Amino acid sequence: MKESKTSLVARREFLSKLGRAAACAGAAVSAGAVGVVQNVAAKSGSAESAGSFPTSNYDWTKHRWGFGVDATKCIGCLRCVEACKRENAVPGDAHHFRTWVERYVYLEGEDRPHIDSQHDAVNIKASGSEKEYRFANQYKDAKVEKAFFVPKLCNHCTHPACVQVCPTGATYRTEDGVVLIDHKYCIGCQYCVQACPYGARFFNHEKQVSDKCTWCYHRITKGLQPACVEVCPVGARIFGDLDDRRSPISQFVRNNRVRVLKPETGNAPNVFYLGLDKDVV
Amino acid sequence: MEPLFELATHSGTVYPNETVFPWTVLIVVYPYITGLVAGAFTVSSMYHVFGMQRFKPVAKFALLTALCFMIFVPMPLLLHLGHPERALNAVLTPHWTSAMAAFGYFAGFYVILLVLEVWFMFRPYFVRLAQQGTGLVRTLCRVLCLDSYDLSDKAMSYDDKWIFALAVIGIPGAHGLHGYVGFLFGSLKSREWWSSDLMPVVFLFSAVISGVALLIVLYVLSCRLRRVAVDLGCLKGLAYVLWGFMMFTLVLEGLEFANIVYKAREGIETIMEYVKGPLVVPFFIVQFAIGAVTPIVVISYLIWRGTTGKALIAGVTASAVLVLISVMMMRWNVVIGGQEISKTGQGLLNYHMLIFHREGLLTAAAVVGAPLVLLALLVRLLPPWGEDATPAPST
Repeated sequence: MKESKTSLVARREFLSKLGRAAACAGAAVSAGAVGVVQNVAAKSGSAESAGSFPTSNYDWTKHRWGFGVDATKCIGCLRCVEACKRENAVPGDAHHFRTWVERYVYLEGEDRPHIDSQHDAVNIKASGSEKEYRFANQYKDAKVEKAFFVPKLCNHCTHPACVQVCPTGATYRTEDGVVLIDHKYCIGCQYCVQACPYGARFFNHEKQVSDKCTWCYHRITKGLQPACVEVCPVGARIFGDLDDRRSPISQFVRNNRVRVLKPETGNAPNVFYLGLDKDVV
Repeated sequence: MEPLFELATHSGTVYPNETVFPWTVLIVVYPYITGLVAGAFTVSSMYHVFGMQRFKPVAKFALLTALCFMIFVPMPLLLHLGHPERALNAVLTPHWTSAMAAFGYFAGFYVILLVLEVWFMFRPYFVRLAQQGTGLVRTLCRVLCLDSYDLSDKAMSYDDKWIFALAVIGIPGAHGLHGYVGFLFGSLKSREWWSSDLMPVVFLFSAVISGVALLIVLYVLSCRLRRVAVDLGCLKGLAYVLWGFMMFTLVLEGLEFANIVYKAREGIETIMEYVKGPLVVPFFIVQFAIGAVTPIVVISYLIWRGTTGKALIAGVTASAVLVLISVMMMRWNVVIGGQEISKTGQGLLNYHMLIFHREGLLTAAAVVGAPLVLLALLVRLLPPWGEDATPAPST
């Protein structure tokens, strides 16, 4: 009996060694190839252990970030756009935005709204530069029936199409619900730019990689608010932890009838809107 | 000095980031040359697998054509990538939910398959040169023969089995590769113009017609250059294949278009505005009328009248050239067209192709031309015509 047990143990040990050897060999092969193991570990381990985030005591398993937009409050001042550009060193032209604001204007006697954004020629002309943002006062003499602004940004979807299509896994969804891009691993194929139904992604020509809003991950992991939320003078942008019932975002979602953009895509966005109209694109 | 990126002008409402097109003319070229591979391989397989004797004169040439184009398939992608030096990331750490992740494996597998098939096919030729040649050629061929000079019936029948097996595997390989390219577009739900179940099939059938058309043009051209008569039976066979597959392609494209229009989902007004405006010339006139209807009418007429001789050669070749243009326009209308319709469903964009840019017209032309240059060299090294490449009688 003892003998058979010993042989069983021996067999198990042997198999275990074999398994470990195979795992080591596999790891050595992949590590030897480009040293990617470290990279993968940085994504799959906890934020704290990986040491890849700004704060050492941040635990990404303890948060579930969410974003709210109260379109009834937005005044279209575009401070958010400017703050985002500065905070995140977004290329300073009219073709690369991590966040933007759309203006919807319904004129008397017309069925459909006039829609524009800060990148449109008329607004660039009003501001005098692609690096400054202003909505032209072009409707001052018109009979406006209804008008409102809609801030837009990455929706940090629960089922992000951009993450699905990334061939390398350079873009990924964090444990705390933020979709990020590893700029050192992205190959720049732009498949994700194509896949995003919201136009939230763009190709950063300076870095030659895909780029988009991170909800200012470098700030929120330090307990700060995203730059756009911080500068909004009217509180149209709301940010917080959905797992915390007392957070501004939880209250916003709980106390209002909110909706998301393009729910039919199945992406399950995490930017919740209040005060949208049927014509919002 | 051209700008860093192409800026698209727009009308209506577009998202700010859409004014730079993610995918340029290089991504038009990518499915185009992949399609040529699939089509050329189809012709090769018609002889090697299905034993259609009339295609024998072009069977080996078709295989070399497929190989030359396949080698350059990754080129437009590499030129397009922001970080081409990281291209292998997709192979080393493939993210399997991505339709694009398997490309490296598919393409790699298929290149190996083509190289193997070419090697088996030209083995008797290598053996002969290794034994009768001189100097560097002899040394090279000895290496290529892997120290085996056996051309006995038994060895040849063994080789034939390999060629047959590789050609059989190559059919789903080539067609799978190209259907897969169609899936890259068809599986994206963000664009109504692309999001179609029929997209992979449309890509596949248009691939076959483009490959057959390319072979017709290259075969006739090569006969001219070699000053030999065109095998009219072979040419007519290719014309039949072209005609048949074009019918399928047209029906499928018609169905796909009808689906978009008939379902009339959100944004259909903008799509119709696009169809009736910017799409009239590239789609209805060039791709459809000139590139598809005209060749069908011409080939139908040639078949009906039983035309032969120079008129047949001229008619079929001209039709093939039109088909090549048509399929190129089809790729353009899919890849660029899809991006010219804004994701807002309420605006249109206008792609401005740069000329001297890394992703401009000249680069795209070079990528399409490079396989032809390689082919011109390869047919000198591995003559796919006549008896040179067929097994030497065993002694």
